[in-house]
Amino acid sequence: MMRNYLVKCLIAMVALMFSASVFAAGELHIYNWGDYTSPELVEKFEQEYDVKVTLTDYDSNETALAKVRPGGHGFDIVVPTSTHVPIWIEEGLLLETRPDQMENFQHVMEASRNPDFDPGRRYTVPWLWGSTGISVNTAEYDGDINTSKILFDPPESLKGKINVVPEMGDVVHMAIFYEGGDVCTDDKEVLKRVRDLLVSAKASWKSLDYGTKEKLVSGDVAVSMNWNGYSMRARTERPEVNYGYPIEGYPLWMDNVAVLKDANNVENAKLFQNFLMAPENAALVSNFANYANAIMGSDTYMIEELREAPEVMIPEQFQASGRFIPPCSPEVQSLYTAIWTELQK
Amino acid sequence: MPNSATVVRRSDRGLHEQSETARRKKDVRKNLLLCTPALIVLIFAAAGPLLIVLIYTFLKAGSYGGVIWEWSWDGWFQVFLKKDIFDGTVSIADAHISIFWRSVKLSVQSTLAALILGFPTAYFIATRSPKTRNLWLFLITIPFWTNLLIRTFAIMQVIRDQGIINTLLINFGIIDSPIEMLYTEFSIMLGMAYVYLPLMVLPLYASIEKLDFRLIEAAYDLYATRIFVLWRIIIPLVKPGIIAGSILVFIPSLGAYVTPRVLGGGKNLMLGNLIELQFGQGRNWPLGAALSITLLVIVMVSLLVYVQNLQRKSD
Repeated sequence: MMRNYLVKCLIAMVALMFSASVFAAGELHIYNWGDYTSPELVEKFEQEYDVKVTLTDYDSNETALAKVRPGGHGFDIVVPTSTHVPIWIEEGLLLETRPDQMENFQHVMEASRNPDFDPGRRYTVPWLWGSTGISVNTAEYDGDINTSKILFDPPESLKGKINVVPEMGDVVHMAIFYEGGDVCTDDKEVLKRVRDLLVSAKASWKSLDYGTKEKLVSGDVAVSMNWNGYSMRARTERPEVNYGYPIEGYPLWMDNVAVLKDANNVENAKLFQNFLMAPENAALVSNFANYANAIMGSDTYMIEELREAPEVMIPEQFQASGRFIPPCSPEVQSLYTAIWTELQK
Repeated sequence: MPNSATVVRRSDRGLHEQSETARRKKDVRKNLLLCTPALIVLIFAAAGPLLIVLIYTFLKAGSYGGVIWEWSWDGWFQVFLKKDIFDGTVSIADAHISIFWRSVKLSVQSTLAALILGFPTAYFIATRSPKTRNLWLFLITIPFWTNLLIRTFAIMQVIRDQGIINTLLINFGIIDSPIEMLYTEFSIMLGMAYVYLPLMVLPLYASIEKLDFRLIEAAYDLYATRIFVLWRIIIPLVKPGIIAGSILVFIPSLGAYVTPRVLGGGKNLMLGNLIELQFGQGRNWPLGAALSITLLVIVMVSLLVYVQNLQRKSD
């Protein structure tokens, strides 16, 4: 009797152990920027494909690259920015999953089907895209906000009330555009003017920091170089915060979903890539993070505020000024780092 | 006869000494064996990584971060010298020098601030009754229960333009416009002195507690003034505590990363931030590694100076 009971117990335990692994058919480990992945989206994917999703955060492209490069990370999906996608490809870290041949690729907008950073979309699926512009508290400044002059040659009333995000590529490029240069320029004449411009402008800046939304909402700064989604979040809490598109030129960026070469769950990762290109799912991504996506027909599923937000939908007259920035060559990068260090001494 | 007796006694002692040294040798061996696990951990977890950092300083920077396994002096060259990106002339890396100088200056200032705030606190605690002493010590450790980052953000709320101090001062009509404290060197110094204050108080308390207060009474009996007692009796006696506390505050301040990042507003880089920049956006790992080793050397040199001063004084 007793033995029988023990055996039953054992069988029950073994059965339980197996049932736990049966609970979700597969796994998917996503490595993405913090506060960026819609929980609703994750839940939907989990239910649709019976997959258990785990989410890990990073805070910069460099962090992600440094962590993935040595291997043994256990991630399947990564979301690099357009500036860094070619690095990931060149270093052989991504799997060529051919999203261009996936079922839902038909929904991708024409303009995003053949980007410079991933020609033919052989590796990546668009996640979200946005711009780096200028948030201005219009209660404190009533001039034209669509110029980077506000940052680089501010009026007396704004001096000491300006924040700039410490993103080297964005800051240096906005200054290059202001001085009439091109992306990744190595023109010494332009760069010299850029350095002088930045050094003299820094005296008028209060801080070089992230946390732009908090600073604008609390009123610690009146102006901040900012990402459009953050600017919109600031506006919902403080309606005077408006977003300007510098007519001299401003950086555009796109984050892209890629599968890692050493992923353990390749099939699920591919399913996820395809899943993201469906309009109703892309809308979930946008609704959570307040950025635009590149999927046609997703706007019908988007929340009202997002569809009408001037931060998200770039007005016609400023569209030509936005420019995507490729990764600059190491030589150019070292020039920019030198200027950047000079700026922060 | 007496001679032979001494001989015997001497050899006896020799024998005894021999067994003594043998035992001591055995002890040493046993202790070494007991130490081995710790030594192995130290070698692999401390010396090993440090060696990697040192090797990286002599390699070439990879195009997108990382290193290329080719010998190069570039890392060390860039720590001290810079090649002007416009005309190619070589000059002293003034950006690095001024960041080094700011780090040392702010660390010394925060150490002094922590000492000035910490000494009376520790003295106060040490002179309470043993029962209440424990309660005070317990209170001193409370800040450690909260994450460093949270405490730093809390300081930010206190000193920001719309923060507690400025709001109060403006409401009481003492000032008209907010005093700009956040994102200055002052705010970094204040933040570091605040977060490392317990590290100053605890060693100070340990030495003040051992202080023989009869000596102070004796000094007063001999008509010493209060200042004189403090300067000639108390401070020399609690000096080990002052030095230990200062080292404990100075060293983490020198390498501080979070505090300057949050309270300095990115405008006032310190060494920790400069190093991070090289490993991140700067994509220059050899320079970052060389800067790290330089920081290590600064800490070691300043420790040596401390210790030597201490020895000379005690001689």
